[in-house]
Amino acid sequence: MENSALYETLNQANAAVIAEIKKARPHLVDVKPAEDCIPALREGRTLLHAGPPIEWVDMTGPMQGAVLGASLFEGWAKSADEAETLAAGGKIRFVPCHDNSAVGPMGGITSAHMPVLVVRNAEQGNVAYCNLNEGIGKVMRFGAFEGEVQTRLAWMRDVLAPVLSEALARIEGGVNLTTLMAQAITMGDEFHQRNIAASTLLLKTLAADIVGTAASLEKKQEVLSFLGRTDQFFLNVAMAYCKCVMDAGATIEAGTIVTAMARNGRDFGIRVSGLGKRWFTAPVNTPVGLFFTGYSQDDANPDIGDSAITETLGIGAAAMIAAPGVTRFLGAGGFADALEISEEMREIFIDTNPVLQIPTWDFQAACLGLDVRRVVETGITPLINTGIAHRKAGIGQVGAGIVRAPLGCFEKALEALAAQQGIKA
Amino acid sequence: MLHAVLINGIFQDSVTLMVVSRDLSALPKVNRVSVMMGTPANKNVFRETGLWHAAFEVATPNDLCLVVDSDDNDPAIAGAMAEQVKNRLAEQARTNRKAGYPLARTWRRARQLLPEANLALISVAGHYVIEPARQALEDGCNVMIFSDNVSLEHELELKMSAREKGLLVMGPDCGTAIVNKAPLAFANRVPSGPIAVVGASGTGTQEVTCQIARLGSGITHALGLGGRDLSERIGGISALTALDFVAQDSASRVIAFVSKPPSPAVKERILEAMKNIGKPVVAMFLGERVIQRNMGNIHFTQTLDETAALAVELACIDAHVSSLPDVSNSSICGLYCGGTLAAEAAFLLAENQGIELDAAHPDGFMLHSGGHRIIDLGDDAYTRGRPHPMIDPTPRNDMIRALASDLSIGVLLLDVVLGYGGHMDPAGEIVTAVAALRAARGEQAPIVVIANLTGTADDPQDRGEQSKKLEEAGILIAESVRSAILIAARAISAQPAQTGEAPALLREAPAIVNIGLRSFADDLLANEVKVVHEQWEPAAGGNERMQRLLAQLN
Repeated sequence: MENSALYETLNQANAAVIAEIKKARPHLVDVKPAEDCIPALREGRTLLHAGPPIEWVDMTGPMQGAVLGASLFEGWAKSADEAETLAAGGKIRFVPCHDNSAVGPMGGITSAHMPVLVVRNAEQGNVAYCNLNEGIGKVMRFGAFEGEVQTRLAWMRDVLAPVLSEALARIEGGVNLTTLMAQAITMGDEFHQRNIAASTLLLKTLAADIVGTAASLEKKQEVLSFLGRTDQFFLNVAMAYCKCVMDAGATIEAGTIVTAMARNGRDFGIRVSGLGKRWFTAPVNTPVGLFFTGYSQDDANPDIGDSAITETLGIGAAAMIAAPGVTRFLGAGGFADALEISEEMREIFIDTNPVLQIPTWDFQAACLGLDVRRVVETGITPLINTGIAHRKAGIGQVGAGIVRAPLGCFEKALEALAAQQGIKA
Repeated sequence: MLHAVLINGIFQDSVTLMVVSRDLSALPKVNRVSVMMGTPANKNVFRETGLWHAAFEVATPNDLCLVVDSDDNDPAIAGAMAEQVKNRLAEQARTNRKAGYPLARTWRRARQLLPEANLALISVAGHYVIEPARQALEDGCNVMIFSDNVSLEHELELKMSAREKGLLVMGPDCGTAIVNKAPLAFANRVPSGPIAVVGASGTGTQEVTCQIARLGSGITHALGLGGRDLSERIGGISALTALDFVAQDSASRVIAFVSKPPSPAVKERILEAMKNIGKPVVAMFLGERVIQRNMGNIHFTQTLDETAALAVELACIDAHVSSLPDVSNSSICGLYCGGTLAAEAAFLLAENQGIELDAAHPDGFMLHSGGHRIIDLGDDAYTRGRPHPMIDPTPRNDMIRALASDLSIGVLLLDVVLGYGGHMDPAGEIVTAVAALRAARGEQAPIVVIANLTGTADDPQDRGEQSKKLEEAGILIAESVRSAILIAARAISAQPAQTGEAPALLREAPAIVNIGLRSFADDLLANEVKVVHEQWEPAAGGNERMQRLLAQLN
């Protein structure tokens, strides 16, 4: 990157990246059809997916299931079989969310007529998108694609999205997500496994304006009811927030700060501030954790989804201490475990985030600035809190747990940084 | 039959692995189990102990090598033992989590958690020591290296770098130290007191500090040096720094120094440094026969208990002397009734002051040199036509009074011999004479009077009564002639110039980054010392290519 020349040292470049990250102030401003925001989705049968680039044959069950779901939703196929034929026949184009200013949880499959959250950075002006959380159980992001999944997707498109759009339009400048998250982290959210406080705060913020929309009373009740019971609704908002912030940092185009971590079920990919849009990948690990009744570790799909963008910023598992409750997903899981995890993560981040102070960490601020060098030096790889999808398409979420990023992608990025700097081992 | 397996991705300190090896060896179906990191040194140990296995050829220092000696021919036993190792280490990690101190994985983080850290206690395997030790010194922290098997080159590099920065490196192979009550590695709970211990010997330092405690005294600090510090190659760099540290520490009144005999050139430097300190130093060079027990402020001893006892005695003397009027740079006069007491005093004072004894003793002068004089009043010159001074104190009383005009004398030594046949109140006589002497000299010319009482409680004069009289008259009672000479010599010695502040390590509350053995941090915590434990592992898991890249990516 030519910008590397602007900074005398990598540490100076990193300081510039961190300054941009700290400056960013993303606001939730709208909810719109994906095709209105993302030009790629206007070209033929195109789907966004999670993680680094991947083709149909290499996708794991949940992502394939979501592809079928999206094909049915878009009306490209009348049945799952027909959809599979299309996908397998190369009739669908797959592009990473991350290449389109977007992120998507689990499969990350996003199609033209699905609504997306529009998060705009009030400072630097860049925008990030994420689809809307469907709730738990049989949901498309985990690979379920029939029946209630389709019904819900249609309702989200026809009712939820227009009502939210209209409500947000009533709020000058949209919802300031930084202040909302600063509050929520003091209420026990780490924004990956636990978003109940932020989801509630968002509902509280939007409620009056939802009621103030022109939608029918019944629709407004449906929307409020959905937001009221969807504890993880804010996860997708937090992901768009993190994407928006990390993209602002990436504009420095220098340094060793990780700007994205994403998994496609096969590969774990990272992007680095000084290495542009190149992905550095290594095979994903499989999460371990707690399973819903009737399911076990054997059913777990390998690690998948763009939600590791939260850990990229320094929340999620890195902020485990903010949400000691979710450490139960670690197995034994007590407060000491949560503390140990955040303390360990602090080793690989070079700074802290002044807007996200954690009371249970003695008001230390959340981690900020994940440095490739520190990961390689310490061998400590980022820990990621994650939902666990069934490995087969069509079943959906079967548990939640934790997983480590593989060291290999960080070593590859380090090699690339060395090559860029003209450094030889 | 030997079965072996390499376990990747686990790095553990040797003591933890020794405990695991011991526990696994006690399991049924195995004769012996040994688990060690695959360092070249450990590989040699495997070879030398008959536990070498071909699987270890490819082992790197980052591989855990496990070998099982079993009558069982099934190689699966190695795998089963490997599982046991993993489980036990995981169990230990779980226990570790309940630590009452912060944990770090890097020096950087340790310093974030303990910004005031002033010492790194390092106990990682010897060939890894250099990196964390360098880092600590660069960051302005003193270092104690518990580990052995550190190369001489590295030891010298670290110590030279420390010297430049005014820091102390204790070790390598430094088993014990106590800094401001913080027990470092193998150390005892020793009460606080006026004695600083500097030792190149671990158990030697432990024994001396414990003897000091047993004698009712205590220590300021016990600083370690490591077994090679006084060698020609290292040149006693740490010994000199440690002596300099305790010299500047006003709470350290007496210094006890314990080591094997240094190389001659180094010894000269060390003795020179001890001399310059001015404070009393008790030096023990283990195995060296003491020919001269004294060299100014330096006292030589041969045994550990002797070292401790003398240090305690000198500390008591120091406390006494500091409450006395200043008679530094004056001379000593001893007026003895007892000939042998006079002879002993003369011999000891001559040794102490480095002066020669004359063969002849005209007029009872057992010593008359360097301004000092020790006189035997039982000599024929004084008893001709008179009773012995033990019966008639008049001649000595007169000589005491006569010192009123001899202002070069600042210390008066006397003996008080009780028992049948002697004067019934020798103390009373002395008190009267000393009172007259002091009155004549006035406050501008003080004189310190030290008496030896030879007598028992059952003697007709009553030792208790006699000593009470003397004490009330401001006369010091010495336990022995030897002790009297020590007090006298201390009183006339120039008081060490009070230097400025003690070095930070001795001045500040200890704040320690423990790198390596976990239990040392537990001990520090139990002693309410601020500690962060760094769970050290080689950078990049020992991947040398990555290490080289990281070193350049700044």
